[in-house]
Amino acid sequence: MASSTTAASAVASGGKLYRGDLGMWSWVAHRITGVATFFFLFAHVLDTALVRVSPNIYDETIATYKNPLVNLMEIGLVGAVLYHALNGIRVMLVDFWSKGPKYQRVMLWATLAIWFAVMVPGAYFMILRTAKTLLGGGH
Amino acid sequence: MTAVAENPTTSASGSRGELPPAPEGSIAVTVKLHRFNPEVDSEPRWESFDIHALPTDRVLNLLHTIKWYVDGTLTFRRSCAHGVCGSDAMRINGVNRLACKVLVKDLLASKGKHTTITIEPIKGLPVNKDLLVNMDPFLDAFKAVKPFLITYGNEPTQERIQSAADRERFDDTTKCILCACCTTSCPVFWTEGTYFGPAAIVNAHRFIFDSRDEGAEERLDILNDVDGVWRCRTTFNCTDACPRGIQVTKAIQEVKRALLFRR
Repeated sequence: MASSTTAASAVASGGKLYRGDLGMWSWVAHRITGVATFFFLFAHVLDTALVRVSPNIYDETIATYKNPLVNLMEIGLVGAVLYHALNGIRVMLVDFWSKGPKYQRVMLWATLAIWFAVMVPGAYFMILRTAKTLLGGGH
Repeated sequence: MTAVAENPTTSASGSRGELPPAPEGSIAVTVKLHRFNPEVDSEPRWESFDIHALPTDRVLNLLHTIKWYVDGTLTFRRSCAHGVCGSDAMRINGVNRLACKVLVKDLLASKGKHTTITIEPIKGLPVNKDLLVNMDPFLDAFKAVKPFLITYGNEPTQERIQSAADRERFDDTTKCILCACCTTSCPVFWTEGTYFGPAAIVNAHRFIFDSRDEGAEERLDILNDVDGVWRCRTTFNCTDACPRGIQVTKAIQEVKRALLFRR
């Protein structure tokens, strides 16, 4: 019953994770996809710049991208850019449309619905060639 | 604010003697508190108390039980205990709430499982002791937005007349009790303590949209600063945390739009 004082110190002393609104998690995802996309663009500008240096080296570099791992990364990139774009529209509406804050949650579900509707067939077609190469031994 | 420990040398006992017998219909719960005593601890620590609670108890009652009968050194703020003064804002099970407005029955674990209620101080303000934080940075931001009526010219001989519709325009933001639930729920405030924070913007909104007030431009200029409204990332944690149901994010958005389109 009373007063059994047990010093529980299992959890980090900094405190627990804040159980925030859904909007907080959409913001976290927005930041992560944004930073990921930025790093892609950074690499993309560098590899595209190669074409000015030597078209042959550019071709060779691009050829190294044709493997299943990069294919998965491409799908991740499309997913990240798509989420960032859709949620970006949502954030703009929250800020500039008078009814935006009221419908922020509905807009988040709409964002996710569109994301899945695009990503499911999109990922299928993007992975098709890799799957054929791996399984069917295409040329 | 609560009194400090009556008898610090015998910290294991409460100030009102032994714990009274568990009332009929009560449930055993564990209250897990994030504690810090600057005179003893170098780091904050967790401490758990097993007590009995009625489903109709408020979380504040549990803190009183612990302070009065188990450990008199437990330190927290509370004043009216009825959700009016805004003293007892704390993080209960991970979200900012007023301890006097949360009922135990809403925190009970699903059938058969033992209930643990976690209570931490609000985040982003320096902890003085246990659940008591230093509110100065929060109140400084509040003062900085000039939360008082500003008028120029001659004083009217009568009251300052306002239509019902004009009064309605800022009704939502008049409800603020400065408990700091919103500001300390904001991820931007946690990392950038210089951000004015939702509460200060809510109180600026209350005057910016008041037809009797003539200081809107000054306040909009203050909030146009790098630490002003543009820091808001619309996470909606503040709206969720507000114990008065103020649409905090909406108020911030209205100030943003006033900055862009009103002048």
